[in-house]
Amino acid sequence: MMWRLLLLASVLLLAAVPQESMAQGSGPTPELANRQLTNPAQEKAATQVMHALRCIQCQGQSIADSDAPMAATMRAEVRQQIADGKKPDAIRQWMIERYGEWVSFEPDMKGSGLLLWAAPLLLLLLGLFMARGLFRRKS
Amino acid sequence: MGAGMNRTWLLWLPLAVVAFIGGLAIYGLVVPKDDMVHSAMVGRKLPEFALPPATVGVAGLSNRDLADGKPRLLNIFASWCIPCKAEAPYLEALKKSGAEIDAIAIRDKPEDVAAFLAEFGNPFRRIGSDNEMAVQLKLGSSGVPETYVIGGDGTILYQHIGDIRAEHVPMLLEKLREAQ
Repeated sequence: MMWRLLLLASVLLLAAVPQESMAQGSGPTPELANRQLTNPAQEKAATQVMHALRCIQCQGQSIADSDAPMAATMRAEVRQQIADGKKPDAIRQWMIERYGEWVSFEPDMKGSGLLLWAAPLLLLLLGLFMARGLFRRKS
Repeated sequence: MGAGMNRTWLLWLPLAVVAFIGGLAIYGLVVPKDDMVHSAMVGRKLPEFALPPATVGVAGLSNRDLADGKPRLLNIFASWCIPCKAEAPYLEALKKSGAEIDAIAIRDKPEDVAAFLAEFGNPFRRIGSDNEMAVQLKLGSSGVPETYVIGGDGTILYQHIGDIRAEHVPMLLEKLREAQ
């Protein structure tokens, strides 16, 4: 019985917390935000781009996973540009031109991004170097 | 043993690695995290756009209106945004000090914008309505409120993220003066 009361209390508490969505205003969602492109190959390309772009509003999510209005606008932009015949990498660059490298989940292999890509290899080499004595035949 | 002597420094390596990771953790605690997404459009020309008026009695806004030879501020706001209410007096102060301010209202209704202006004053020359956030995306803007310093030729010179507070007023006026 007790836990039921607790559950009810927590549900009521949650209901009393103002919802985030209330603080986003109201406006039409761009049509292409949630409507797939009719060409399946184009839709597939668009979806791949969307999964590799970070939502500006809910920063940990991709724009494909986010319900935020800004993510909707970004999805519509990606679909529109794919429909216009733009290449996925050009669309990624278009977003980076506006929000910087930050917006991409696939960092370029340059600057600190290079370190990120090279780190596994460097660490493996370091490990081999440290363990090299173990591979020597005991004499 | 003789070969081992040369490798004693290796014993310190794990400690060095742990100290480095610990240092990173302390760095993360001490240095405040910057969660803001800065626009990469600073230093570049405004994108092309033409927005309808956000409410009755004010004009809409296009990128050409912002490139008329005079440096000005472009405020991104919304009637539903609480920090936008907080910065209203400072926008008014900027206007009193001679700044010209245009605005873009995000996901807003004409009646809500009118009510907002009636309650907090209207420091804006023009207000465009960006219902689908399309212009916001083109600007590399990540939320409301934001304020841009726009050069007389329509170049984006500076982006202020978040509400304008008292201490930002002289800084923004200085940026406008520099843009002359």
